[in-house]
Formats: sequence, C-alpha cells, structure tokens
Amino acid sequence: MTELSKSGAAVGEPTGTSPAPKAFLEVRDLKVHFPTDDGLVKSVDGLTFQLEKGKTLGIVGESGSGKSVTSLGIMGLHTAGQYGKRKAQISGEIWLDGTELLSADPDHVRKLRGRNMAMIFQDPLSALHPYYTIGQQIVEAYRIHHDVDKKTAKRRAVEMLDRVGIPQPDKRVDSYPHEFSGGMRQRAMIAMSLVNNPELLIADEPTTALDVTVQAQILDLIRDLQKEFGSAVIIITHDLGVVAELADDLLVMYGGRCVERGPAEKVFYEPRHPYTWGLLGSMPRLDRDQQERLIPVKGSPPSLINLPSGCAFNPRCPYADVPKDDVTRTVRPELTEVGGRHWAACHMSQEQRERIWTEEIAPKL
Amino acid sequence: MTIPAQSSGATLTKDAAPGETLLKVTGLQKHFPIKKGLLQRQVGAVRAVDGIDFEVRSGETLGVVGESGCGKSTMGRLITRLLEPTAGKVEFEGKDITHLGVGGMRPLRRDVQMIFQDPYSSLNPRHTIGTIVSAPFKLQGVEPEGGVKKEVQRLLSVVGLNPEHYNRYPHEFSGGQRQRIGIARALALNPKLVVADEPVSALDVSIQAQVVNLLDDLQTELGLTYVIIAHDLSVVRHVSDRIAVMYLGKIMELADRDLLYKTPMHPYTKALMSAVPIPDPARRGAKSERILLKGDVPSPIAPPSGCRFHTRCWKATQICTTTEPPLKELRPGQQVACHHPENFEDQAPQDVVLLTAAKEAAELVSEDALAESAATSAAVAAEVEAIAEANDEMTAPSTVAAPDEATAASTDDVTATSTDEPGEEAAAPATSSTDAPATSKTDTPEAPVAPEVTDEEPPAKEK
Repeated sequence: MTELSKSGAAVGEPTGTSPAPKAFLEVRDLKVHFPTDDGLVKSVDGLTFQLEKGKTLGIVGESGSGKSVTSLGIMGLHTAGQYGKRKAQISGEIWLDGTELLSADPDHVRKLRGRNMAMIFQDPLSALHPYYTIGQQIVEAYRIHHDVDKKTAKRRAVEMLDRVGIPQPDKRVDSYPHEFSGGMRQRAMIAMSLVNNPELLIADEPTTALDVTVQAQILDLIRDLQKEFGSAVIIITHDLGVVAELADDLLVMYGGRCVERGPAEKVFYEPRHPYTWGLLGSMPRLDRDQQERLIPVKGSPPSLINLPSGCAFNPRCPYADVPKDDVTRTVRPELTEVGGRHWAACHMSQEQRERIWTEEIAPKL
Repeated sequence: MTIPAQSSGATLTKDAAPGETLLKVTGLQKHFPIKKGLLQRQVGAVRAVDGIDFEVRSGETLGVVGESGCGKSTMGRLITRLLEPTAGKVEFEGKDITHLGVGGMRPLRRDVQMIFQDPYSSLNPRHTIGTIVSAPFKLQGVEPEGGVKKEVQRLLSVVGLNPEHYNRYPHEFSGGQRQRIGIARALALNPKLVVADEPVSALDVSIQAQVVNLLDDLQTELGLTYVIIAHDLSVVRHVSDRIAVMYLGKIMELADRDLLYKTPMHPYTKALMSAVPIPDPARRGAKSERILLKGDVPSPIAPPSGCRFHTRCWKATQICTTTEPPLKELRPGQQVACHHPENFEDQAPQDVVLLTAAKEAAELVSEDALAESAATSAAVAAEVEAIAEANDEMTAPSTVAAPDEATAASTDDVTATSTDEPGEEAAAPATSSTDAPATSKTDTPEAPVAPEVTDEEPPAKEK
C-alpha cells in the first residue's frame, strides 16, 4: 500500500494551481452535475472538506441533498461508467494522501480503489453478487490487489469474516449471500471492503436497512475496526443518532451544498444554521423527556434542477426575513467561520443566530 | 366530520366512550404454511404471530415495536382483517370479527382503516388524488353532505394539502405529500380505529416530524384511536400512550409509555432501547450503557422453546428453556412475559444457574449495565420486602396478604423467599451494586448461589 501511495504522488501531479494539501483526504470545491432532459442536476455544487487518518467525518442530509453522489465522486465511480450517452460533469479537486484523483489516470485510480479507499453500500443484498459465494467475492477483492494464490486469499477471507463477527467463518465462507441474514450480509460487505486494509473507508448509509439491535452491532464493529486499522472513515446517513455515535466532524448538506460543517460537539450543541436546527427539532429523542411536539422543517426538499435563488433553504426557513434587503432570496450565502473550525452558510449575523438558538430553539429541544 | 349515520346500523350503534375497550385480541395466531413437493404437502409453518393478547382502548394510541420479522405487520393486518387468523379471537366493539367474510366485514371497514408504509406503492398511479380519496365513499355507498368532491377537498385541506390538487396524479407529489394523501383516504369515512403500519419510516427526517405532528393533531381533533406499528423506538415513544414490544410473534412487554421507557422490565425491551443511537456526541462510545444482543433473531419457523428470547438473553436459566413465561401484569399498567424481569422482583427465584448461552450473552453486556440491573432488582425486592413486612405487622402472622406488587408471586415458595429473610434481602442492594463487579474474577462461574441472593447477581459475578 505504501509503495502505491508513493508512486501515486508522482502520477497525480496537480494540474491546477493549488499545491498538494497536508490533510490525508482533502476535497476542494467538488462539483458533480448531471445533464438531463429537464436541465442540469447540480447534485453536488461546491463542496470542500478535509479528513485526517483515524478520524471520522459524518455527512448528514435528506434524500437528494447530494450525500451519496459525493461519496461516489470520491471513489471515482461517476466517471467510471462510460456507457451512457451522458457523463457526469465533475470538477474540483480530490486529494487522497497526496494524489489528486480527478485528474489522475483512471487506471491508477482503479488501483487505489478497493485498496486505498473502499466503500460499504447501503443495501448489501444488491451490492453482493447473488451468483458467487461470499468467499469468492472477498477472494476476488483481495487478489485484484495482492499477488497471492487462491488458498492464501481464502484464508484471508476466513480471517476477515471472523474479524467482523460471523460465526463459523470457515463454513460460512462458502455460503451465498441469500443464505445470510441482513446483518450478516452487511458484516460480509464490511469484511470485503476491509480485506485490503484501506486507508479511507466510505460507509454510505451502512445501517439504514438494519434493525436497531443489528445497527448497534454494526456501528460498534465499524468503530472497533477503525481503531484497529486507523483508517479515515466517512459515514453518510440521515440519522443524527448514528453520526453522533461515530463522527468526530460533521458536515450538513442541503441542496448539494454544505450548510454547516464543524466538530460534532459544536454542530450538536451550538448549531449555527436554521436547517441544522430543523433537523435537530424534527427528531424525537429517547434521552430527553417527552417533547410536547416536534418542530419540523416546513415544506419539502427542493428540486436540484431548480434550486431556489439566493439561499437554497430560504423557502423553508422560518427566519428568512431576519436579514435585511431580501438578501436571503437574492444572494447565495457562503460558508463563514463562526468559531474554531466551525463554518455555517447563513445570512443572519452571528449574534442573531446565537440569540435565536439559545432563546428560541434550544429550550424547545 | 359530517358523515351520515350508517343506514343498516345493526351492529355499530354507539361509539365507545374514551377509555372503553374498542378492540380486544385474545390468543391471536397466524401461521403461514410452508408447502413442499409435488403434492404441496405442508411441511411446516412460519409462526408470524403466535398467540398474542391485548386491548386497545378508545382514544388511545397503542404503539407496536419490534425488529423486522417479529410479526408486527402481520398483527396489523390481522386486526384489520386483511388476513384470516389461524386461531384466536378479534373483537371490535364487543363483536367477534375473527372469521367474518368479505361481506360481513364491509360495514366494519368504515370503522377500521389502515395507513400503509410505502406511500409510493399504496396509491394507484393511474388514478387522480380525487379518485383515490373518494374511493371509500363509492365503495361504502356514502353520499357526504355537499357532495363527494367537496368532502374530498375538505379532507385534503385537513391533512395539509392544497384542495386544488384534486385532479393531480400521485407522481406529482413528494413522499411526505403522498403519505398525507394516504392519511386523507384513511380518514374519509370517519373511522374509529386507524392502524398505521410504519407510517413515517419511508420519509425524510424533516418530513417525518410533519407527519407525526399531523397524526397527533388529527387524534386530538377527531378523537381517533391509533395502533401505530413502527420499528423506530423514538418515534413510537413520541406518539404512543401504551406500547407493546414484540419478539418472534409474541408480546414480550406491554406497558404504559413512561413505565416502559423509564423502567423496562423485559430484558429484550431493555436491549432494544439501549441500542437506539442517541443524537448526543457527548455520549459517543458510551458502551457501558449499551446492551448488545448476540447473533440474529431465530427463525419463526422453529422458534426457541420456552421463552423465545432465551437464546439471546443474558439472564436465561433452565426454566426459560422449558416454560414459556405468561404475559402477567406485574405492576399496574405494565404486563411482562419474563421469568427474570429487570427492575422487578424475580419471578422464578429458585432457578439461579445461568445457561451457557446466557453467560456468552452476558459477555456482550457491560458490567455497569449488569450491576445496575442487579441493583435495581434488589432495590425492588427490598421495596416489596418492606411492604410485605408492613403488611405482616398489620395482619395476623398466619394470613400474609400479598402486597400489590407481589400479586404475581402466587406460588408458595416465591412468597416464602420474599418474607423469610428480610435481613439479607434488604442488604442486597448495597452488596450487589458495589461488590459484584469487584469480586467478579474470584468467583467460580458454576458455583451454586446461596438461596437468599437475588438472581440478578450471578451474571455480574461471573463476568
């Protein structure tokens, strides 16, 4: 792995102006647009973040906010499909351990994929091939990146299945995906993605299809494995409970853009964007006394083809009229730092937001 | 609502007053046969719902939670009689509807309505919203005051949709709006009971809250009774008055909301609740509070003998593998089916040797959780003790009146243990909460435990 990343630095010479960053993973101004008959779908529209090894970034947002598209973009899975008439339009920079992925040779990115970066998908049943045994699929993933014979690879597969907590791994390695329960399939998926000790693991809604008891097992597993392997993890979910369990940093997405980003504690305890307030107010919580009523966000998520002008959240924002001169409807707010490593994109002044949060929102949560 | 009274009116004459039993279910079972071979002989059955009893009172919300495959959706379809029960009895307003045919059910359909999980597949894409929401009127032959169209538009505005969307098709609406259409359809005939199967789980977080609030408002306005089936414990807590926890076709615990969430008695309830991720980063990695269950839910084709949870329970003893615990009201408003409940006096204190499976399971439960469980159980035992003593003093020694909390303790030996050694029992809370974790490594796992020790201690000691 180390040789690869060393040679990778040479291949991925920066094409743009910016020098290679220090962070392990750095995404700069990532844009993923899909041309369709109805217009350009701006699924991700200018996303920037960094992630260090051993840390976990949580990406939260509703369906259609661009969370999954971001992860596929990092994995280079949008450009991979050359079959369709239309390709996704991707711009920006993705730096993984000194290599810029978007301008790099696709063959090189393919070598990194699965080895240096791996992904856990939401639905293990559709991500696993029904025709091959679990063992065959893990062996394949291992042998693509390691020059070993089948026997060694299979031993490795059994070892990984054992590590993720599948009982009788030497027997279950020859089972087919349909013979596994949902939780076991997800464990097998995790085993497959970790078989090459990737440095970056992207988990896209890893527990959404699972029951809470199984979810607890899987979250524990991801946490333990991260400690053991020291990988960087991106966890994508709509469940604030799940990110609170795992994430060090949090990125809240709305309409393809980041509306708030910062350390998890900051975003949970001192959120500075009305959409984050809405998310927090929408969820009933077991750790608090019974709320009288939930405080939902009104309206529904916007269409990515026709985003509202100005701040994309303005039609749903209860405070859209607080800033003067209708600025929320005309000017798109940029991310501004509201505290140490904590950014939010809102037109309201810092004082206004602080006051609204402490006086109006926080007491009701 | 201005729906004219039913003309036939033979069965459904008066509304149940709030608090009265609206729906009563006894011993309800649904087994789906598994057929194999050329002759399609039955070789087994999926015991989706396997003998459940509960009541739904008028005006309340009963929440039903459980993991997938526990039979909660089947239960919902049985009480709305979309499925034919294998055995048992369903009574609606005192009338036995268990085996009513299609024609027999028709007059009841207007009183029992269902909201489905998936707002995409439960609306016919070829019909306009107007057609969909007015279908109940057509089917029941009801002519609302002012005409069907006006009534449908009124319903649409009740659920927060624009009445002018009457002529639109389902695909023109978002998921949350479609769920509102489903709700409008369910409310059309002014039902008494609404069964909602996962009404919000297909929706985005912010939309979930809107629909939850809507259901809440409609209940207050229209005096509806809900049975809400969901897997999300935080949503269920928010909407329900009482909650049933299901596991493998059985009700494990049925209790008032606050009792259930503050002092869950069934170990499964406790594990289920501890598994819910809490949106608070300060509690990140607070493994001490979490009870991980080992493995997966067993197959409902051949559920475990005795208590169905014994294969994954950290408190399981011999009796759990042989005797199925009945659903008993251990405390007013809290029914539990467990031999060794948490937060309460042990129901089978004579049985103290843990199963090997339970010891393995206990390894996944943190010492803190075990110690806490031992402490609370011992505290409850002491409380019962004190009441028993008080009763002793008041009544003649020969006629010991069973205290309220100990009504369940009917057998002689149970009452004997609770009255014989007041000293040791009362001392138990202190020792179990502090000493148990400390002495854990010195005790031999199989050592027989002294009879006066509460049953909750062994798991802590053996750790």
